[in-house]
Formats: sequence, C-alpha cells, structure tokens
Amino acid sequence: MFNYTFHWNQALRALPQMLDGALVTLQVAVLSMVIGLACAIALTGFRLSGSRILSGIAAVWVEVARNTPALFQIYMAHFGLGNFGIHLSPYAALLAGIAFNNAGYLAENFRGALKAIPETQTRAGRSLGMNSLQAFRFIVLPQMLRVAYLPATNQMVWAILMTSLGVTVGMNTDLAGVTQELNARSFRTFEFFAIAAVIYYFIAKAVTLAARALAWRMFRY
Amino acid sequence: MLDTALTWNDLLFLGQGAAMTLAVTAVSVAAGTIMGIIFGVIRFQAGPIWSMPLMFFLDIFRSVPLLIQLVLGNALQSIAKLGWPPFTTSCVVLSLYTAAYCTEIVRGGIASVPVTTRRAGRSLGMTWGQDMRYIVAPLATRVSLPAWIGLTLGVMKDSALVLWLGLIELLRASQILVTRLQEPLFILLICGAIYFIISFPIARLGGYLERRWSPHD
Amino acid sequence: MIEIENAHKSFGNLEVLKGINLNVEKGEVVTIIGGSGSGKSTLLTCINGLEPINAGRIRIDGTEVHAKTTDLNKLRQRVGIVFQQWNAFPHLTVLENVMLAPRKVLGLSRDKAEEIAVKQLTHVGLHEKLSVYPNRMSGGQQQRMAIARALAMSPEYMLFDEVTSALDPMLVGEVLDTLKMLAEEGMTMICVTHEMAFARDVSDRVAFFHQGVMAEIGAPDEIFGSPRKPETQEFLGSVR
Repeated sequence: MFNYTFHWNQALRALPQMLDGALVTLQVAVLSMVIGLACAIALTGFRLSGSRILSGIAAVWVEVARNTPALFQIYMAHFGLGNFGIHLSPYAALLAGIAFNNAGYLAENFRGALKAIPETQTRAGRSLGMNSLQAFRFIVLPQMLRVAYLPATNQMVWAILMTSLGVTVGMNTDLAGVTQELNARSFRTFEFFAIAAVIYYFIAKAVTLAARALAWRMFRY
Repeated sequence: MLDTALTWNDLLFLGQGAAMTLAVTAVSVAAGTIMGIIFGVIRFQAGPIWSMPLMFFLDIFRSVPLLIQLVLGNALQSIAKLGWPPFTTSCVVLSLYTAAYCTEIVRGGIASVPVTTRRAGRSLGMTWGQDMRYIVAPLATRVSLPAWIGLTLGVMKDSALVLWLGLIELLRASQILVTRLQEPLFILLICGAIYFIISFPIARLGGYLERRWSPHD
Repeated sequence: MIEIENAHKSFGNLEVLKGINLNVEKGEVVTIIGGSGSGKSTLLTCINGLEPINAGRIRIDGTEVHAKTTDLNKLRQRVGIVFQQWNAFPHLTVLENVMLAPRKVLGLSRDKAEEIAVKQLTHVGLHEKLSVYPNRMSGGQQQRMAIARALAMSPEYMLFDEVTSALDPMLVGEVLDTLKMLAEEGMTMICVTHEMAFARDVSDRVAFFHQGVMAEIGAPDEIFGSPRKPETQEFLGSVR
C-alpha cells in the first residue's frame, strides 16, 4: 500500500528557511494583535459612547468579524479594497484581515469582561470618595483585565493559526508561504507541511505557556 | 439602478457554492460530533492521566492551522493511494478538527452534572448506561448546546479553507466571479451577506439559549 | 452634624422613604432597626449621596448633600460607609485595599498611606493579614478590612449598613466588637442593624423604621423597654 519513500533529509535542509518564515508568522501575529487590541479598545469606547452612529459602526464591525470566515475578511482587504483603488500587498492584506478579525473578537471579549465586574465594586470605590474615572481606573479595569486575559491569549493563538491563510492571497514569506514555495519546487508536500505543522504546533504551545506564566505573575489573587 | 455584469446564472453559481459550504459543514459537524461525544465520554471516564494520549492527539488539531491539516490530509490520502476525492478528504479532516473541539465541550458538559445528582440516579438502581442516558445526557446537553452551536458556526466559517483542495464552496465561487467580472467589492459583499444570512440567526439562537439556560439566573 | 429634613425617596412607583426627619449630633451613635423594606438601608445610601433623594434635604455640617454644587467626592471623604456585602477589591492585598483611596483620593505618599493603613488594620485586628488577598480571608475578616478601609480616609461620620447580615453567625461577634470599639472612641455613627442586643448596648438613640416612616425614636431603654407604637411592639416581639 505504501510504496512511497519519505525524503526527510531534503525537507530538513530547508528548515532554516522555514524558521525564518516562522519569524514572519510571529511578526504578523503580534502586529495584528497590537492593532486589534487598539481597535478593540476604540470599539468598546464606541459602544459605550451613547452615539448611535459610533455604536452602529462598532456593532457592524463586531458582527462581520464574528460571522464571516477570517479568509473572507482577508479577501475583502486584498480584493475588495481594489474597488477604491487601494491595492494592498499580500502582507498588508493578511495583516489587515487578521487585525480586523482580532478587533471584533476582542471587543466582544471586553464587553463580557466589563459586564463581569459587579456594579457594587464601583459603588464601593465611589463611597471612598473616588470619582468615576478613578473607580474605573483603579478598581474595575485591573479586574477586567484578568477576566479578559485568557480569551485574549486564545485570540493570539488564533491569530498565529490565521496567518497561514496568507498563502491564499500570494503571501510567500511567512511559514505557510515559504512551505508552499518549497513544495511547489519539490513536490515533497507531506514532508514539508509536516515540518511546518510541527513548527506551528510549537509556536502555539510556546505562546500558550508564556501567556500562562505571565498570568501567574500578574494575577496573584 | 445597479450597474453590474452579474447575471442570474452567476447568482445560481454562488448558491451552489453556498450549498457546498453547507454540505461540507453538515457532514463534518455530524461526524465530528459523534466522535466528540465518544472521545468526551472516554476523556471523562478515563480521567486526565489515562486520556493523555487521546488529548495530545486531539490538541494537534487545535494547534496546527486548518489549512496545513487539509494539505497534510490530502497528501496522506494520496500517499496511501486511497483515491479520495477532495470532498471526502475535506470532510475527514474537518470532522477530526470538529471532534477535537467537541470533545472538550462534551467533557465540560458531563463534568457540569453534579455528582450528587448522579448518585441519586445510581441510588435508585440505575446502571451506568441508564444514568448516562437519562440523567447525564439531558443535563449535559443543556450546558453544552450554546458552545456546540458556536462550534458549528466556527466550522461553517472555517470550511471556506477547503477551497485550497479545489472544492468550489461559497468563497471560492465568489473568487471565481471576482476574477471574471472584476467587481470585487460587490461580489464579496454578496458573499459576506450569504455567510451572514446563514450564521447570524444561528448565532442569535445560541445567545438566546445561553441566556435562557444559564445556570446563574 | 447630620441633618435630615423630610427626606423622600422612590424607586419608580415604590416609595421607600416617606419624609424622614432625623438629626445626628457629633459623637452620637444612632442605630436604625426595622423590618426588611422599611427603607433603613436606602437612607444610608442617600446620606452618602450614592442615591439621589426626590424631595427634602440632607445636610452634613451644613453642606447640602444633594445640591448640584456639592462635590460629592469631597463629601464622601468625610462620610464613610460600610455595606452588608463588604465589596473587597479582590485584585488588591488587604494592605493595598486600605491604601488605595488615601493614595489616589487624598493624594498621600505611599509611605504615609501605608502608615495610616497599617494603623487602621491593626486597630481592627488584621495586622497579621497585610499581604493576604481578601478571598483568602473569612467574611468577618473581610468586613473588618472594609471598616479599616473606610476609617483610613479619617471620616468624621461612619454609616454601617447591616454589616453583619451576610456573615456566618460565628463571625458576627468579631465585627460587632469592632463597631463597639469605634463607638467607645467617640465616632459619630449611624448603624442599620438586626442585632438588637448590639443596638441596645452601644446606641445613644434607637430609631425604628416602618414602611418608609420613622415610627419611633428614643433612648435604647425606652424603645426596647417600653415601646409606645404597636408596630414597634410587634416588631420587637417578632425578633426576640
């Protein structure tokens, strides 16, 4: 049944190239998270602003991010913006798509975290003479961060996995892109992609463990 | 009013793509859920230590990009000369992917049933199977359903990736039309709207059930 | 001096305070007793300005609490309140819980705030728990921490809103002892409570609230010994 010879040596020789690709993957993921966090904070502000237009924008953003495929969002950035004469490079389109997706999920996460802190906490702060900003800054926010932290780290892992979608819009510098190029030249599909899978696995695990270690240091209560 | 080259035939083409998306999702979620229930019960009964190999295996599907899984699945079936068409390969990979997430949902659901409730069942002379069937299953389903609906929606969205194996599902169909008609934004908006129409009501139902069945109210 | 004049408060259609008149002098301890829904807890949150009143006026040392021009944050520094649910800040240690408001609201230095916090925590008997997180402590300890937290702002008045109601019976004593100590030190206090023995012991005056009205007020001996109103007699009969 298996008269196929695996050529691991050939694939392993390409490991340095693939690891370089992994760095690009990590870079895109981190950048998309930073942009996504900034947008999510803004969206949360929009939702709380009381303005119908702003909260409408936030609602559309969050619903589209959560109810359409991430790949669709990347296609939108890559092909859709062409209608406005904006032609993003694969890198920019990938980054924009994932950042958009991150922002939607994180904004929803923030909303849940905000709801999870009881009103009585604010009240206790106010009763000590704090103004509402102080009560939010010193009492609600730190507790909110803890609630939001774990889902946010999950989103980071998602962001790493989503970067692999770049290959579908012609990205060739990240791990999936590099692997696909190697594959196109050698047709050693299984070997190359198996190694890529192992690298993705270790990145995902490393990020999860690092996040857990950080949480352990940050949230002592 | 609309100045577009899009014809009814093209819309039909998109519809066929959507049907493919739904077919892949339905098969994968059905198979993945059955596997998830079996694995989840094993995971719960065997405890964290003995189920470690199983959990490690399933964790791979959650820590490796689905696109890579699909490519690997396709490469494996070709190496093994199984001669599967892309549809079969896609469904097999997506089912395992679904099962990996579903296992945790099922385990969580079973774990949420209080031991005292189960003891009450067993004290009436029920067997393990009867306890599972009449006590645990109904209660665990309530707890797990919102998460399972979320998973189904997730798989529906992730199924877009099967385009990489050559299946013409909704997103691929849209891309083909974009290339031919050069109206990217308009066609992608229709595509997004179709995804939305499929998932939004289900998402709302999930949210409703979550509120309705929340144990904290 | 706290002056309450004809205070009215409604939540929607429900009128919880129907014209309360009460003056509390400096150094006085007034306890408020009454059934649930009698409006006694609402009165405390109104005195602190956490809830607006619908009519009447409340003045603290001449400052009108519900006037638009009043800086409530300033006013609340003079009027501490402790709730039934102690509302510990779970993300801060016991010491940090108490230090937070003196540092951020009063603008004290870290050292000065710590000095005050340690003093107040020692006062309520928690000097060994400084670096512990609240959820590691019993309800009684958390409640005493909440008292120290309010005292650290050096308030001139303290309001206690059923501070022992959410506690296990075993833990009630330690919190009541803390309140007694404060009363003996001359703190001006208004306590809403269900602990009749405590009310009898520490109060200068006891007020009985019934359905949003202050039905009766007087020295503990009068209220507990020879209540005049039938509602008071009935209430006291039911809790004995």
